[in-house]
Amino acid sequence: MTRFYAKIEAAGAILLALIWISPLVYAFWAAFHSTSDAVNFTLFSPWTLENFRVAWDGAPWIRYFLNTFMLVTVVLIGQFILTTLAGFSFAKLDFPGKDFVFILVLMQLFILPEVLIVENYAMVSRLGLFDSILGVGMPYMASAFGIFLMRQSFKSVPIELHEAAQVEGCGIFGILWKVYVPLARPTYIAYALVSVSTHWNNFLWPLIVTNSPDTRPLTVGLSIFAAPENGVDISIISAATMMSVAPLLVAFLLFQRHFVQAFLRAGIK
Amino acid sequence: MLSPAALLLTTFAFYPSIATLWASVFSRGTRRKPSKFIGGENYSDLFADPTFLLVVKNNLIYAAATIPVSIIIALSMALWANSKLPARGFIRTAYFTPTVLPMIAAANLWLFFYTPGFGVLDQIGSLFGFQSVNWLGQPETALWAVIIVTIWKEAGFFMIFYLAALQTIPPDLKEASDIEGAGRWTYTRRIVLPLLMPTTLFIMVNAMINSVKLIDHLFILTKGGPSDASKLILYYIWEMAFAFFDAPHAAALTILVLAVLATVAAIQFLFIDRRTHYQ
Repeated sequence: MTRFYAKIEAAGAILLALIWISPLVYAFWAAFHSTSDAVNFTLFSPWTLENFRVAWDGAPWIRYFLNTFMLVTVVLIGQFILTTLAGFSFAKLDFPGKDFVFILVLMQLFILPEVLIVENYAMVSRLGLFDSILGVGMPYMASAFGIFLMRQSFKSVPIELHEAAQVEGCGIFGILWKVYVPLARPTYIAYALVSVSTHWNNFLWPLIVTNSPDTRPLTVGLSIFAAPENGVDISIISAATMMSVAPLLVAFLLFQRHFVQAFLRAGIK
Repeated sequence: MLSPAALLLTTFAFYPSIATLWASVFSRGTRRKPSKFIGGENYSDLFADPTFLLVVKNNLIYAAATIPVSIIIALSMALWANSKLPARGFIRTAYFTPTVLPMIAAANLWLFFYTPGFGVLDQIGSLFGFQSVNWLGQPETALWAVIIVTIWKEAGFFMIFYLAALQTIPPDLKEASDIEGAGRWTYTRRIVLPLLMPTTLFIMVNAMINSVKLIDHLFILTKGGPSDASKLILYYIWEMAFAFFDAPHAAALTILVLAVLATVAAIQFLFIDRRTHYQ
């Protein structure tokens, strides 16, 4: 009887898994078949790359890829610098009002940048950063979540190492760079994976701040390409979708263990 | 050392919050009529606006459906992914994959399921002799179609947290309950679920935030329609500010959302033991 239940359970788990990936599998299959074959489910129809050719010619994808790539890089570099400095101050320095300031920083976890789009848009325009990669990335650089992670990670560094470096005549930035940063490497890797996948996928804010193909990231480009009013058909949208998710998806499948670990370590996104 | 981060946080979080509050109590300025202080009028306008009430109702349904359903699915996924099932690697990957896709791409994938006539759902339906349904085009189903995409997207993400928590449960508890003759169901219900409670609360807070934040798919699937039936609050803010250029009302709505988020934050700080999540 128990064996029977176990089998039912296994079947349930696998069925759910199949349902869960079916949209992706179907789109993958449709991307390689002509539209009429795709909508008629002609399972053994010939495979074709025609959709990719049409989709590729339909939008400046290389530019979009480049923009997304630059965006995630700019955001990541900014986040690394800012969260390292701020995390270190909260972990190891003493200054008046530290706890109060830290609570202010934590509040940003709930003041979502997404909700403040109106005023942030006004701010970015005032700074002359409208329609620039920097403008898209800047609101995310001083990430409260990143500051929190770095603080936790720096806190666990033994003070003896800090003092030893001090005795050797290292300045405060030297200590940070040579002692703390190398020891926090796993945290940096985890944070980088979460940050890159978040900003690779971000949509609403880039939609508002970008206004030209020269700055538009992939997600925004894809949404414009696939907009129903453009009347592009299923197979071609599938091909475009597959193209734009491919880099992240392939990276995920290759480094699955790291990815999952990173999300776990990062706790909250 | 703190100043660069403090500067940016002020520029993009604190100052905008206060500026939003400020903007929410002024009228919209036109060339003839400069904007002037009107107190709570923007807020009372909102509460008199049937679209606002509908949007709030939609968002409440959205939250009430996505939060529990995705948590339950995430929990089952984690229990399965953690047990000794065949093809466990495949199962885990399949559950987690939607999480790494952009919401826009997810919406594109689901568009083909929902398209009337030749969409996958309709084709399956027609095998069983059902009528074609315009899932995204009618008010009764549009919001639910959107909800399903959200659940599909976030359940795998929440599974990860459960999976992590499951791995911290010491194996002796399982052995002890085996000796006591407790079945698997009893073990799960009496031991595993209570131990997962902090994780559940944590996921719940995340799911609440997501029910405000996850709206990207609306841009592809429904654009809030038909007749606002699937419009959610953040989408409405975007529409007010960037399609109708009505910044004061958008500001008032933003403040209301911030108030709700602040309440969620306060609940988390008060009721959830911080040590359980932040190692």
